[in-house]
Amino acid sequence: MSDVPEKAVVIGASAGALEALSVILPQLPADVTPPVMIVVHVPPDKRSVLSELFQAKCRVAVLEAEDKEPIRSGTVYFAPPDYHLLVETNGLLSLSSDEPVLFSRPSIDVLFESAADAYGAGLTAVVLSGANQDGAQGLASVVEAGGTAIVQDPDTAFASAMPQAAVAMCPTALIMSLEEIATYLQKARSA
Amino acid sequence: MEMPGPEKVEDIEIRLLLEALYHQYHYDFRNYAMASVKRRLKQAREQLGFSTISALQEKVLHDPSMLPRLLGFLTVQVSEMFRDPSYFKAIREQVIPHLGTYPSLKVWVAGCSAGEELYSLVILFREEGLEERTLFYATDINQDALRMAEAGIYSLDRIQQFTENHRRSGGKSSLSDYYTAAYGHASFDKSLRQRVVFSDHSLVTDAVFAEMHLISCRNVMIYFDRPLQDRAIGLFKESLTRKGFLGLGAKENLRFSAHSSAFNDFVREEKIYQRCAT
Ligand SMILES: C[S@@+](CC[C@H](N)C(=O)[O-])C[C@H]1O[C@@H](n2cnc3c(N)ncnc32)[C@H](O)[C@@H]1O
Repeated sequence: MSDVPEKAVVIGASAGALEALSVILPQLPADVTPPVMIVVHVPPDKRSVLSELFQAKCRVAVLEAEDKEPIRSGTVYFAPPDYHLLVETNGLLSLSSDEPVLFSRPSIDVLFESAADAYGAGLTAVVLSGANQDGAQGLASVVEAGGTAIVQDPDTAFASAMPQAAVAMCPTALIMSLEEIATYLQKARSA
Repeated sequence: MEMPGPEKVEDIEIRLLLEALYHQYHYDFRNYAMASVKRRLKQAREQLGFSTISALQEKVLHDPSMLPRLLGFLTVQVSEMFRDPSYFKAIREQVIPHLGTYPSLKVWVAGCSAGEELYSLVILFREEGLEERTLFYATDINQDALRMAEAGIYSLDRIQQFTENHRRSGGKSSLSDYYTAAYGHASFDKSLRQRVVFSDHSLVTDAVFAEMHLISCRNVMIYFDRPLQDRAIGLFKESLTRKGFLGLGAKENLRFSAHSSAFNDFVREEKIYQRCAT
């Protein structure tokens, strides 16, 4: 399956997401960057402006994920408000309106668990700033499937609870500043 | 993607369980979007207390009483009355004027869950003066959900949201006109069910059953893989009268469908389509 990227990145962020993603996403090079799927906790009934906002600042393509959309390199996909975003093993994205998980829809755990299943060791998962526990469980699945776990240094995060929970659940995760995460992802390639 | 290696044992078990459900009970989840099915089957295994999916399979094959419990996990019953108020506003303001030109109408709510979407449409049709000439079909594969739809009873703590949605959909009456509250529940008036036929129907395995003027099928096909979505859309195409309407969920569309040329965008942002005249 040469047309399907073998590697991917997933990112979860909540309170403080905008600032954190503003450091990371604009530094990603076009084309060669592996697909990046992102869950940000956003209120359910607002039309999300995340994709438009970041498209203006980024070299990679930035989209709001659509149901059964093929996953492409050089593209960032945001989960839409009020839907879970999942990765299928056949190279497509899926949306679902399953119950919220830890009061969140979209849920970081749901994205991470499905991506871990689809990409295994080819997955890099990043937990950024946030004031809840979402992402910790998902990050554990990523580690279990052989993927790379990265957590924003809780001391530097706008809200530290989410990265703290992730580190507690995954002690082997790499702990980095936003700049370090940006540099790390800049070097990631899709194959 | 991971290099094609040996299939994970749990993936094999899931595939076999879905085969078993199909052969034994004719419930066909084999072409649903797998990431969500997998997630829900893992939940089912844990919460029903089995150590493996295979053990769950053995149980459901030999004990039919396990089937409804498993279906409760496999079918997602998340819904709201007037969910996405702007969709119902578009039905009210743009579809209803067309429907008003027919002497009699048929409306199909496919995948009606516990009836939230159905009651929303019946109330809307009543407010717009079309209820009396309309026959509603409410279908689902989940028997428990259908029974709840027929009962029309919802927990009171959901009513505030329903009321707010109804108002935002352009509601011309008060939602409280349609239910009586008691003991923590809101019981919707049985007159709303007078013109409704509830029935067990699968978009995967069943066929066309009537000619419709409006089909509302929201947040059901999102659980299917693409070929299965196409089967369902084909079914809708065959079921709709010429110039009939099809309304989908906020994140569903006909763009990738082989049947897309049979439909025109009617209210694009709300995923409301019109069957072509030819
Ligand atoms: C998430 S609910 C959607 C409820 C409602 N339409 C809404 O949008 O709020 C999905 C419903 O589709 C039903 N469903 C799943 N597979 C189906 C099939 N093959 N045919 C008909 N209904 C199905 C489920 O039982 C469930 O009630």
